[in-house]
Amino acid sequence: MATPIPEKTLGERLRDHGLSRRGFLKLCAATASMMALPASMVPRIAAALEQARRPSVIWLSFQECTGCTESLTRSHAPTLEDLILKMVSLDYHHTLQAAAGEAAEEARLQAMEANAGEYLVIVDGSIPGPDANPGFSTVAGQSNYDILMETVEHAAAVIAVGTCAAFGGLPQARPNPTGAMSVMDLVKDKPVINVSGCPPVPMVITGVLAHYLTFGRLPDLDAYGRPMAFFGQSIHDRCYRRPFYDKGLFAESFDDQGAKEGWCLYRLGCKGPTTYNACATMKWNGGTSWPIESGHPCLGCSEPSFWDGGGFYEPVSVPLTANAGTLLTAGAVGAVVGGGSAALAKHGVKKADAERQPVTIDELEQTQ
Amino acid sequence: MNSAMDFLLWTKGPMFDIAMVIFAVGLLARLVEIFMLGRATNYAEPRATEWLPGFRTVLTRSVPDPGTFQRAPFNVLVGWIWHIGFLVALLLFVPHVELVKGVLGISWPALPNPVVDVFTAVTLFSLVATLVHRLTHPVKRHISTVEDYLVWTVVFLVVLTGYLAYHRLVNPYPLALGMHILCAEIFLIILPFTKLTHIFTTFIARWYNGAAFGRKGVQS
Repeated sequence: MATPIPEKTLGERLRDHGLSRRGFLKLCAATASMMALPASMVPRIAAALEQARRPSVIWLSFQECTGCTESLTRSHAPTLEDLILKMVSLDYHHTLQAAAGEAAEEARLQAMEANAGEYLVIVDGSIPGPDANPGFSTVAGQSNYDILMETVEHAAAVIAVGTCAAFGGLPQARPNPTGAMSVMDLVKDKPVINVSGCPPVPMVITGVLAHYLTFGRLPDLDAYGRPMAFFGQSIHDRCYRRPFYDKGLFAESFDDQGAKEGWCLYRLGCKGPTTYNACATMKWNGGTSWPIESGHPCLGCSEPSFWDGGGFYEPVSVPLTANAGTLLTAGAVGAVVGGGSAALAKHGVKKADAERQPVTIDELEQTQ
Repeated sequence: MNSAMDFLLWTKGPMFDIAMVIFAVGLLARLVEIFMLGRATNYAEPRATEWLPGFRTVLTRSVPDPGTFQRAPFNVLVGWIWHIGFLVALLLFVPHVELVKGVLGISWPALPNPVVDVFTAVTLFSLVATLVHRLTHPVKRHISTVEDYLVWTVVFLVVLTGYLAYHRLVNPYPLALGMHILCAEIFLIILPFTKLTHIFTTFIARWYNGAAFGRKGVQS
């Protein structure tokens, strides 16, 4: 199963699969455009991909729902996502590999040994941290934490695919019963690229791999370790409904006239303003549509803590926990404090009145 | 707190609760104290009613008389402009209306964003002008206290961070929005303990004045 440096280059493999020279160059141009690279880079990408050997990829699935794998594999063929599976040697992947049981684990160990220092590790799913009960999630009797640490030790880089792997995602949502942690929480001595999203846009995974094959290094990353080319701009800034926000035209329910006219979904809870992802430009299902285009607010699925970041249908400006009850209770407490303070002051005045000792001029003169 | 999003969620979550509680406790404590202490009992026979003159004064004191305008045109004009701008941005901006609706369940119509944007920009310029005036006008400068500068700074920061967040001039956006919400929370926290309390006491004080005048049969 493991592939210790395949004989054929990527160019040869793609040609074997019937990809013409023209098709190959189109792929390179699409990659350059997707990664926001200048057109002058296309020949370099072509030359690099032509000569590239398929890197060994070990895909580790931990506390996840397989949605990320579904996203990658169910995309329409032939696409870049289809090609990427030919661009890499996928040596270990629960869902996709034929081997099972000990043979499957053996494949992982073989790939690690044969490609030490060069293989890429893709992780989807969060990991119960070192202090959590390891029994929450195991593979072949080994805890997720142990498998991750063992596998990344000799990896070239780690790609955390999906919000669970990148930021903890759903498993880490309060009260985080399994002590779920993200890859970057645990892996400190290897480059970690976060491709967040629930699921992530498949082409982003492709783009990161193409960049790695072309330049031999990982792309520029934002503060959250996400590739700038895809996560550099917010949904809000690239949203085709933005002009409606700027004009102040909002849908106020899912079936009002505004919703039918395609107005901004801010008031229906759209998290586009705080969310950085490529959905607005790359769209989903072969460029067919994306959530906001189909009339639903962005959930902010590519951001940290998105499950705990307020109700999906609450606008961004609404506080998370504050409510009228708290305000009224605090007001009542304030009223009692104010009342007590005023009563004390009044009492003081009354007491002073009651205890006042009239002094006559004679008495004053006597005291002198 | 290691990221902009954590910071935003902190300002929208626990910090908002803290600010709201301090605001409500402080404000109600002060208002109830003011009402309970009231005024010294006036034993003189009233010459006229209190209520109507009280409300009339609320109105007349809100509109400057010509003399005041001639003496201090800057104060009247710029004061009015920035107060209106601030109130428009505070009460008629869609996200703010949604915030009130989310917390209290009541809502009202909002203005289109570009209109609020213009009001906010004018407010910012006006606020800068008030500071320059305060620093250059000898009398104003003399009577200004640390509290005056503190309140100006907080009010200005609330408007400025709101403007920066709306125009997405700070990256990442969650940081910009978090800064704005935090400034607004500081505003809420200091409100009951500084001259910002006038937001709630101005009209009460004007009514008291008018009522006292009315009782004495004096036109105010």
